[in-house]
Amino acid sequence: MKARVFAWLLLAALAAPVRADDTMPPAPYAYRQLADPRAEAKAEALMETLRCLVCQSQSIADSDAPIAGDMRNQVRLRIARGEDPEEIRAWLVQRYGDYVTYAPRMTRLTWPLFAAPLGLLALAAVLLRRRFTGGRAA
Amino acid sequence: MSEPAASAWRTARWALWLPLVLFALFVALVLGGLLRPENRDIPSRMIGQPMPAFALRAAVPDRPGLARGDLADGRAHLVNIFASWCIPCGVEAPQIAQLAAQGAIIDGIAIRDHPEDLAQYLARNGDPYQRIGADDISAVQLAIGSSGVPETFIVDGKGIIRYQHIGDIRPEEVPMILARLKDAS
Repeated sequence: MKARVFAWLLLAALAAPVRADDTMPPAPYAYRQLADPRAEAKAEALMETLRCLVCQSQSIADSDAPIAGDMRNQVRLRIARGEDPEEIRAWLVQRYGDYVTYAPRMTRLTWPLFAAPLGLLALAAVLLRRRFTGGRAA
Repeated sequence: MSEPAASAWRTARWALWLPLVLFALFVALVLGGLLRPENRDIPSRMIGQPMPAFALRAAVPDRPGLARGDLADGRAHLVNIFASWCIPCGVEAPQIAQLAAQGAIIDGIAIRDHPEDLAQYLARNGDPYQRIGADDISAVQLAIGSSGVPETFIVDGKGIIRYQHIGDIRPEEVPMILARLKDAS
């Protein structure tokens, strides 16, 4: 009985999932680095902070999804053309919203994230001061 | 010596409950996030924007490709982003055919597809497309903020993107799409 369960588990682990994916070759610069190492480093840095649209928890630098490859191709070509990385990020944010970037931006919605730690520090300073000086005054 | 300490204790009494209250709020927030149905759609921010300039080569030999100029011809177009390797696209094909039968102009953008596979797909699933452009590197897809297949955009007669439908069009959604198409023309 146990052996049978184990055999089934082994089979399940080895089964190849049915793939619903295209068979086209990847875009030219999906897996090819730029010739200029400085441009490639710039592209790499940007790609690590852009979010894959279909894998959702990976950057496009980490993902093998075809659309992530197409995004890398576009990032590398634009960098090679001399575009600024932040311009490319802005171009994508204009299309997909903040979702597509891992680098947090300060907006009307996100400012509390930046302000809260400062507020908490200030609160801690006030409380500690009250405790120390208050103890002395009493 | 003991008196001021006792009064300080009294004023701070309500504060003792503060961490518990904060914790309860935190638990409520987490539970709320866990129980809410997950939504993985990434809506395009290009609704209301003009279709970006593009020109795609013909995806199948018997049909012209697709360019921005073809869409801004005074009539509303349905732009269906699809692929022969995409299973939900086949599921939505009868609805696309139904939309075409009701007079919708349907153009296709085939994502990363081979002409032979596409021809087979069209023979199998019906062929309501007036034009089909081949987007081999998802360039147009990225330019209009689409993140997968199938997606369907309504582009009005001036070439402005009016609506994005994420995922396959279900039979019950056909009247809604037709109404939006009418609004756009």
